[in-house]
Amino acid sequence: MKRLQLVDSPYLVKEAKVCEVRQMTEHEKYFKLMLRDEPDLDHEPGQFVMVSIFGVGEAPISICSSPTKKGYFELVVRKVGKVTSAIHRLEVGDTVGIRGPFGRGFPVRILEGNDLLFVAGGLGLVPLRSLVDFVIDNRRDFGRVHILLGCRSPKDILFKDEVESWARRIDVDFSCTVDRADPDWKGNVGLITSLIPGVDLDPTRTFAVVVGPPIMYRFVIKELLKKGIPEKQIIVSLERHMKCGIGKCGHCQIGNYYCCQDGPVFSYDEIKDNLEAL
Amino acid sequence: MDQYYRLNKTECREFVGALTSRYQVVAPVKRGEKSFVFARISSPDEIASPEEYIPTIIPPKKYFFPQRETILEYDAVAQRQKAVMEYEKVVIFGVRTCDLAGIQCLNMVFSERPRDVNYLIRKNKLIIIGMECWDYCDEHALCALMDNHLPKGGYDLFFSDLGDYHLIHVNTEVGEEIVRSIGVFTEATGEDLKRLQEFREKKRSAFDTGIDLSHPELMDLFANCEDARVWEELGERCLSCGNCTTVCPTCYCFDVIDEINLDLRTGERFRIWDSCQNEDFAKVAGGESFREERSGRQRHRYLRKFKYPLAKYSRFFCTGCGRCSRACMAQIHIKETIKALIAERAGV
Ligand SMILES: Cc1cc2nc3c(=O)[nH]c(=O)nc-3n(C[C@H](O)[C@H](O)[C@H](O)COP(=O)(O)OP(=O)(O)OC[C@H]3O[C@@H](n4cnc5c(N)ncnc54)[C@H](O)[C@@H]3O)c2cc1C
Ligand code: SF4
Ligand code: FES
Repeated sequence: MKRLQLVDSPYLVKEAKVCEVRQMTEHEKYFKLMLRDEPDLDHEPGQFVMVSIFGVGEAPISICSSPTKKGYFELVVRKVGKVTSAIHRLEVGDTVGIRGPFGRGFPVRILEGNDLLFVAGGLGLVPLRSLVDFVIDNRRDFGRVHILLGCRSPKDILFKDEVESWARRIDVDFSCTVDRADPDWKGNVGLITSLIPGVDLDPTRTFAVVVGPPIMYRFVIKELLKKGIPEKQIIVSLERHMKCGIGKCGHCQIGNYYCCQDGPVFSYDEIKDNLEAL
Repeated sequence: MDQYYRLNKTECREFVGALTSRYQVVAPVKRGEKSFVFARISSPDEIASPEEYIPTIIPPKKYFFPQRETILEYDAVAQRQKAVMEYEKVVIFGVRTCDLAGIQCLNMVFSERPRDVNYLIRKNKLIIIGMECWDYCDEHALCALMDNHLPKGGYDLFFSDLGDYHLIHVNTEVGEEIVRSIGVFTEATGEDLKRLQEFREKKRSAFDTGIDLSHPELMDLFANCEDARVWEELGERCLSCGNCTTVCPTCYCFDVIDEINLDLRTGERFRIWDSCQNEDFAKVAGGESFREERSGRQRHRYLRKFKYPLAKYSRFFCTGCGRCSRACMAQIHIKETIKALIAERAGV
C-alpha cells in the first residue's frame, strides 16, 4: 500500500485561533475565532463549519455571527459528548481546526425587501443570530422585522444582552416566552406557538424563518400556515447527524437531499413531501 | 471502431500467468461452498470457475473505497496535519457486469462536487478486466431486471466466453497495451462478433427474474411506496446487522473517526464503512433519531437504491447482484420485497 500526500483534500482543516471564550449558560459556551491564513471565513448567514479537534474528531457547528462582522466569526457550543466537550476545553490562544463554511445558508437576497418573522426555539437562536445580525446591520433593506424567541427558562436565554438590545429597538418587534418562569420573570410563559397568533403581519409579503429543535417545526409551521404565510415563504434550518459536510458520508440524508450540501436551510415547500424531513 | 480480439482457451493460462508476472492481480477465488472473494492470485488455477461463480461476498468496491482508509495524519500538539490517500496498483480480473455497474455508481457519487480526491486518484490506479456471465448466478440475482446483465463500459478489457475461445473487447488504451504486450491474442473477425450476438440473444431468455416491470414502472413503484405495509413487515424481521449495506456494491456511507497513538500527540483520522441500518446512524445531539424504527431504516435502504438516486444520478443504485439477499440472516430478499410491493399495490 502506497501513501500519497494530498494538497487538495476536502478533509484538510484551516487553522483558527481562539480569541475569546465565554460561558453563556450551564451547558453552552461562546467562542470567537480568527482564521490564521485567511482574512475572513467569507460565509453566508445560516451556514455551518466542521470544528475539528485532532485526536478527538469533528462536529458540525453553526456560525452564529453575521458576515457583516469581518475578520472573525463566532460559535456557540452545547456540551453533549466527545467533540463538544473537547471544544469546551479550548482556551484563549489555543488553535482549532475548521472546515467549511458548508451548506446553503438563508436566502438573504430573496428575503430583501420583504417583512421577516423570526421564530427561534432554544439553541435555534444560535444559527438564527447570524441572520438577525445581518438584517440589523442592513436594516434599511428589509421591511418589518418580528422576532419571537422561546426558551425553556429565563436562565437558558442565550445572548441575553443582545436579545435585550433587540427588544429595545424601534425597528424590531420582539417577543419572548419561557416554558417555565422564575420569580424575577415578567414576560410570557408558554410555548412559542402561543406567540404566533398575536403577531400583526401581512402574510403575502412575510417570510418566516424558523429554527429550533426538531419537534418545534411541526407545531410552528402549522401556526404559520394558519396565518396564511405561503409554504415557500417559510424557511427552516434542519439539523442532522453529519460526518463529512461534503455530501458523501450519507448520515445527513433527507430523502433526495443531503442536508450538509443542499441544506441545512430549506423552504417548507422544498421538504414538506420528503419523508422524515420534519 | 470497436477493437475485439480472440484468446484461445489453451492460451488462457499463459495470459493470466503473464498478467500476474507484470501486475498484482486480484480475482474471484473460491473460499467455501457458494462463497467467493476477490483476492490476490499468483496462478490461474486459483481463479474461481465461471460455472460455479456467484458474486463475491464483498464486491470490488473494496479496492475503490477501502473499508477503512486514512484521510489525515496529524500531530495534535504541534497542530500539524497531512492529508493522505492510500493506493495500490492492481488489476481486478473477472469483474461481472453487475459489479461494473456498481463501480460506475460509485464513480458518480465520488466525482460529484465537492470531489472526493482519495477515491478519484485511487480509481485511476486500478485496471479492470470484466467478464460476461451466460447464466443467472442463483435465485437472488436480478441483474436483467436492472438492465445490468450486458456490459456498458466501465472496464479496460472485457472477456466473453464463446466456447473454445474468449472474445475480448478492448475499451481503453490501457487494455490495448495489455493485449499488445502479452501477445497471445489474435484479431477477431466479423464471424466472432456475430457469434457474440447469438450468445447474447440466447442470454435474453436465460435471464428471467420473474418480475415483469419496465424501468419506468419500477421507478413508479418505488416513487409511491412510502406508506406500504411491506416496510413494517421487513422492520419486524430485520436484525439491523448491516450485512446488506456492507455487501452492497453501491452503499458508500461512512463514519469518520480519530485515533491517537500511544505518544498521545500523533494520530490519524480515518473513514470507515458505516450502515444506515445502525440505530444511531441518523441520531442528532438532542437524542432525536429520524429513522428510529427498523421499518424506516429498511425503507431508507430500498429508497436509496430505487428512488433517491434517480433524482440525482438518473439511474437505479441497485445493480441486481443479489448480494443483500444472500447476506441477510433474516431472509429479507430484494426480489420478494419488490414482488410484495407490486402485490400490495395491486390490492392483493
Ligand atoms: C448543521 C448543524 C449545525 C449545528 N450547530 C450547532 C451549534 O451551533 N452549536 C451546538 O452546540 N451544536 C450544534 N450542532 C450539533 C452538534 O453538531 C452535535 O452536538 C455534535 O456533533 C455532537 O458531537 P459530540 O462528539 O460532542 O457528541 P457524541 O459524543 O458523538 O454524541 C452525542 C450525541 O450527538 C449526536 N451526534 C454525534 N455526532 C453528531 C454529528 N456529527 N451531527 C449531529 N449529531 C451528532 C449523537 O448521535 C449523540 O446523540 C449542529 C449540528 C448540525 C448538523
Ligand atoms: S442484512 Fe438483513 S437483517 Fe441485516 S440489516 Fe440488512 S436487512 Fe436487516
Ligand atoms: S454530512 Fe456527510 S453527506 Fe452530509
